[in-house]
Amino acid sequence: MSMPKKIKRNYMLNLLGVLLLFFALFALFETGVLGSRSSYFMGIATTACYTIIMVTSLNLLVGILGEFSLGHAGFMSVGAYASAIVTNALADQKIPTFGLFLIALLAGGVAAGIMGVLVGIPTLKLRGDYLAIVTVAFAEIIRVAFTNFQITGGGRVMSGIAKLSNFYWVFWVTVICVTVMYLFIRSRFGRTVKAIREDYIAAEASGVNVTFYKVMTFTISAFFAGIAGSIYAHYMTAMIPTSFNFNYSAEFLTEVIIGGTGSMTGSIIGAAFLSALPEAMRTFAKYRMLGYSVVLVLIMIFRPGGIFGTWEFSLGRALDRLTGKSKKEVPENE
Amino acid sequence: MSILIQSIVNGLNQGAIYALIALGYTMVYGILRMINFAHGDFIMVGAYTMFYTVPLMVSYGMPAWLAVVAAVAVCTAVGVLVERIAYKPVRNSGSISALITALAMSLFLENLAMVLFGGNPKTVTKIFDLPMIEVFGAKIQMKYLLTLGIGLAIMVALTLFVRMTKLGKAMRAVPQDREAATIVGINVDRIITITFAIGSALAAVAAMMYVSTYPRCTTDMGSMMGIKAFIAAVLGGIGVIPGAMLGGIIVGLIEILVKVYLAPGWYEAITYGILIVVLLIKPSGILGKNTGEKV
Amino acid sequence: MSEKIPVLKASHLGISFGGLKAVDDFNMEIGESELIGLIGPNGAGKTTVFNLLTGVYQPTEGAFYLCGEKMNGKKPHQVVAAGVARTFQNIRLFKKLTVLENVKISMNRTMKYSMVDAIFRSGRYWAEEKETDEKALELLRIVHLEDKAGYVAENLPYGQQRRLEIARALATGMKLLLLDEPAAGMNPTETAELLEIINDIRNRFHVSVLLIEHDMSLVMKICERIQVIDYGVTIASGTPGEIANHPRVIEAYLGKDEE
Repeated sequence: MSMPKKIKRNYMLNLLGVLLLFFALFALFETGVLGSRSSYFMGIATTACYTIIMVTSLNLLVGILGEFSLGHAGFMSVGAYASAIVTNALADQKIPTFGLFLIALLAGGVAAGIMGVLVGIPTLKLRGDYLAIVTVAFAEIIRVAFTNFQITGGGRVMSGIAKLSNFYWVFWVTVICVTVMYLFIRSRFGRTVKAIREDYIAAEASGVNVTFYKVMTFTISAFFAGIAGSIYAHYMTAMIPTSFNFNYSAEFLTEVIIGGTGSMTGSIIGAAFLSALPEAMRTFAKYRMLGYSVVLVLIMIFRPGGIFGTWEFSLGRALDRLTGKSKKEVPENE
Repeated sequence: MSILIQSIVNGLNQGAIYALIALGYTMVYGILRMINFAHGDFIMVGAYTMFYTVPLMVSYGMPAWLAVVAAVAVCTAVGVLVERIAYKPVRNSGSISALITALAMSLFLENLAMVLFGGNPKTVTKIFDLPMIEVFGAKIQMKYLLTLGIGLAIMVALTLFVRMTKLGKAMRAVPQDREAATIVGINVDRIITITFAIGSALAAVAAMMYVSTYPRCTTDMGSMMGIKAFIAAVLGGIGVIPGAMLGGIIVGLIEILVKVYLAPGWYEAITYGILIVVLLIKPSGILGKNTGEKV
Repeated sequence: MSEKIPVLKASHLGISFGGLKAVDDFNMEIGESELIGLIGPNGAGKTTVFNLLTGVYQPTEGAFYLCGEKMNGKKPHQVVAAGVARTFQNIRLFKKLTVLENVKISMNRTMKYSMVDAIFRSGRYWAEEKETDEKALELLRIVHLEDKAGYVAENLPYGQQRRLEIARALATGMKLLLLDEPAAGMNPTETAELLEIINDIRNRFHVSVLLIEHDMSLVMKICERIQVIDYGVTIASGTPGEIANHPRVIEAYLGKDEE
């Protein structure tokens, strides 16, 4: 059995769309249209990319599993510090930059993934607000640990990390991460996790090993947050544990909620827009979080599902509609 | 020996502050099943109010601590407004919505303060001018004992209020069965508002005690302290008034003792570790009762 | 040999909550393809028996066996794997998932494709998803919901939600089906349809069914044997005819029911 034709077409269309976006950005940054500000905008684009990975991975927990993490920046910091330690150790090994970058991503992802298992275990007994507080506690413990460990800077800035995160690589890493998460959600695994979100008692009664799937989701989410952390570390080249504080975690959660719990599209647009906006309008940077919080309250009151709800953008569907080929809405799996 | 006594008194002082904040969490959680993330930020509001009003009091020749009246008024107003504007509309849309809204209000208050007062820490004028006393060679700040005394007094008063008065009984009835409470003529909205008012007023008192110990206010001072106070509330048993006091004192003592004797850099991690352990072993806390989900 | 071993055997099963015995000395044997009714007044402990038999509660006394295998200490999902499936008194569907997805959740346990298959959308992924879809549709046909496959579960009317729960239970591939008041809230037409479905299921799959039901006429009509409990204790057990005339049953249950 191979891929149904229509789905194949949609995959191809999506790939085409991503390629178009890539070349548009490439042209924008390389042709000198932006002049001397080119590298500045590339930096914003890189920030947007790792924020997208953070927000989509957090959405796995919030939107798909239905549990809250208020400590997602903690996973990110584990990825950031672990990858930085690894690339520092490998600095003299003459590994090609791209290879080193991949090693950094893997190291960050795996380290954070292990942390995800640890944080996932309390989820077996706790739910909702208590679990949210536990994630805060974990993130704070991680922060305190990194402040105390000598290898992570001992409370001071850890600097001199290799600048490996170049935007074009980061772009494709982001595309791959988001795609993998999307495919995970739309498989038997994601379906099962959603069932746990809806009713864990019924899920158990349907033969679902709730424990396993919960811990797995936490691990996967943390893994991707770790990758985002590696990108961060090798883009910033210097970092301090206090950057990964409660407010940073809260910011990611805000972006998930505003974009729409359960909507990858919402997370991507939300993350890209909200992380680029304050940079684009420097004078408003001061009011950014103030604005977020007001929007958040309004959304909770008037549109609790977030701006995009659980809606997902599909290039195939959009084209169908444009060309008038659109059939009646049929529930689709892809 | 003298260091131990001093540390214990410091810990009790710290613990009494946590306890007062924890009372606010416990009361709101008890009635609404909601972690009021913004509660910690009420302390920040109180502290900034003190920062502006203490010099005023002093310049009019009044005792500095009277500024707490202004702090209580401002905090109560903020607490009630937050409840009315943000929490009430989402009250029936589930615990997750409530949690996010509370988080949003916390972010709102912090960032509003950032815009209004700027990012630099402010130093609050001395509030209490009390002597130190010596006990077994340990120098003890009288104001610490005062804090502890105020904390205990408030806890006793609150317990009596909830047990004895009609209003207090209504406050206990609402969380048990909101519908039934409405039927017997309890105005649930009013009770919830009063709960927030009391919780916020206590936060203002806690703010005074905090700035008399550490005379600094920053815009983010509330959020972390709030979470620790919440930990105290959970540890003691959420929804239980003496539990908040007990939890607060335990957390305060452990923090100070770990700081002094074990590992100065790690004391915060210990607090969070306690939370995780308590929630895994006995989520209902020391004085709480276990409840399970019905199939 | 295989005929000798009952599908379910509960011996001296009991559970106490804080010193209070919710179920005491519960004994039951269900053979292959048998349909047994479990009845009793409100709060008699019927649902508690279900929770014991599905691993939601661990018995404090006694044991129960599925096809000879001891089930004590097993988690709910392990009990499902052993062959017990259930429905809930107060419907518990995956509300935001589609009807088809609800059924497919129960089939996840036996699905084989790996995470790698899912991420690369391998041939195995497509083949197994398609196969599962077909099987799930087949089960939906049995409960007369095949044309509702794409609907979101919470949008179904009440009676159909109950039937979806049955399809979801069927999808686990069970040997013993526990139905907790499947006809509750149904009108006579719906109840008749449900009866037809239950019979159809028994004919097709040769499963054993344990049924909790409030509607006495329904229980009398379809059950081969009936067990009556009150205050957690079995007070009578026998054929519908015996039960209908049993003095303690009339006293404990029928008398109350007619108030």
